Amino acid sequence: MNSFKKLLAEYSWDRELESIFAKSDADVQFALQNRKRGLDDFKALISPAAKPYLEQMAKQSRQITKNRFGNIMQMYAPMYLSNECQNICTYCGFSLTNKIPRRTLTDDEIKREAEFLKNKGYDHILLVTGEANSKVGVDYMSNAIQILKSYFSNISIEIQPLDQNEYERLIQDGLYATLVYQETYHRETYKIHHPKGKKSNFDYRLATADRLGRAGIHKVGIGALFGLEDWRADSFFTALHLKYLQKTYWKTRYSISFPRLRPFSGGLEPKVEMTDADLLQLICAYRLLDEDVELSISTRESEVFRDHVAHLGINSMSAESKTNPGGYVVEPQSLEQFEISDERSTEVIAEMLHQNGIEPVWKDWEKSW
Amino acid sequence: MKKDNLQIADKVFTSRLFTGTGKFSSSEIMQQAILASGSELVTVALKRVELENDNDQMLGALKDPYINLLPNTSGVRNAKEAIFAAQMAREALETNWIKLEIHPDPKYLLPDPVETLKACETLAKQGFVVMPYIHADPVLCKRLEEVGAQCVMPLGAPIGSNKGLKTQDFLEIIIEQSRVPVIVDAGIGSPSHAAHAMEMGADAVLVNTAIAVSPNPVEISKAFKKAVEAGRMAFNAQLAPQRDKAEASSPLTQFLYE
Repeated sequence: MNSFKKLLAEYSWDRELESIFAKSDADVQFALQNRKRGLDDFKALISPAAKPYLEQMAKQSRQITKNRFGNIMQMYAPMYLSNECQNICTYCGFSLTNKIPRRTLTDDEIKREAEFLKNKGYDHILLVTGEANSKVGVDYMSNAIQILKSYFSNISIEIQPLDQNEYERLIQDGLYATLVYQETYHRETYKIHHPKGKKSNFDYRLATADRLGRAGIHKVGIGALFGLEDWRADSFFTALHLKYLQKTYWKTRYSISFPRLRPFSGGLEPKVEMTDADLLQLICAYRLLDEDVELSISTRESEVFRDHVAHLGINSMSAESKTNPGGYVVEPQSLEQFEISDERSTEVIAEMLHQNGIEPVWKDWEKSW
Repeated sequence: MKKDNLQIADKVFTSRLFTGTGKFSSSEIMQQAILASGSELVTVALKRVELENDNDQMLGALKDPYINLLPNTSGVRNAKEAIFAAQMAREALETNWIKLEIHPDPKYLLPDPVETLKACETLAKQGFVVMPYIHADPVLCKRLEEVGAQCVMPLGAPIGSNKGLKTQDFLEIIIEQSRVPVIVDAGIGSPSHAAHAMEMGADAVLVNTAIAVSPNPVEISKAFKKAVEAGRMAFNAQLAPQRDKAEASSPLTQFLYE
């Protein structure tokens, strides 16, 4: 059976990191002009040697994105269903040991949140939970998807990793996409940040995209949480993962996100800093590597940054997000998973996009498929 | 530099030029041309072989320790006939390798994708090493890979046409996506076409008509051999990029420093 674990075992973190830092000016120039770019070119484009070429990368990324996607932005909104969690994750506000009031939305509360987002214009929704398999397991998700189907055309989840048959069931219910970030592809660092709970199993999480591919899902989102380890190496392994998945589960679409550690109550300081320029470099490098992959930016990022990357490679974004269960109407004051940065309303974001000549797209799926 | 061999199923090939046996003016010329090409995999139409005759002239000419025979099912019109032909070839030629060719259309000999997929699935389950000849259809290639094809053999142009890589855009997608070797089959009319396919990243090419019908099959064989090697070497070395024109516009990244 295919598995990314096997492929990952052929690589050494240190060797890849070293080779990224060894990339030269000539390697970057080659990568910029190469017609068929591969992972080696990607390494050059995320290397320190590419920094002086950021403007040129941005130009190419902008052009490729326009050619491929046109002047549009896919809009989505997250909906937090629960902050129950059995995991300890050093960087997360929902971590088991954080003394916060725990809450899981009831059917009625889900509907109230849904109505709010629907009225804002959203038709693509991302359901988020912690990891509490008994309280917020497959049955709960199945029920939530069935309720939300009547509100939204396109439903994605970002919840605990599931088994293949569980994904198959949720796909039957109307699930479109699943986002599951490895957080870091560095096995030892992963262990440090996930000391307890089901999430401490690196390999089970790593194989999640394989299980999703076998279950026949429409879209899989992957990524690393920047701040835990060197962002360049983690991005290389994410790109390796992406290329492997595209070849193996070729009927599935893929999406990349770029979460940077954000402050939350009692939070963790990033081990490795990633500046705005670094993040822009990475976004452009992904677009230069892959014309088709969805590149998504959340409200974790600042207004200025989001306004600019909206036309430099990104083709999917959220707005006005709340990262607490019931955050839109049910219980706005409950504790968030992390603080968002861009707090502008959906209407303001839509207007900003229009000003930039970009049409926000709310519906781009038909749920009866 | 590490060895750059091609592996298909359990066999390792040092030459990435596969050849055929049709259309030669004599068995002697065919033999000389194939030996000159350095080819290690040579396809033989089962329908051409006198299976009852232990001294079949064509097979006799191909007895060489470096040459592997690849029987093909040319002439069959559907999956059922192809499966039967493959089983016959396995008995007669003692090989479980089969080049699957199903062309119901006798004029252009274009492969039937539906029957090919069906036959490939059955034959792979029966333990055959299946090498399907197909259109340059990226989705079909993935489907064949999933049912157990050991490689895919998309066409560059109609078979025997010598027109080159008319399907280039699709071949590029197939090469990008495939998890099994991609062998460009049909349409390669000149060494430069073969080199081009190899530069694009094809794992091998199969050339028959362009060699057999040349006024000098032995000489052109040598030229194909060099072209395939040069193309592969260029692919490994990576081509220098074509230069894009620089375009001036207002800075896009200035906001980072404001």
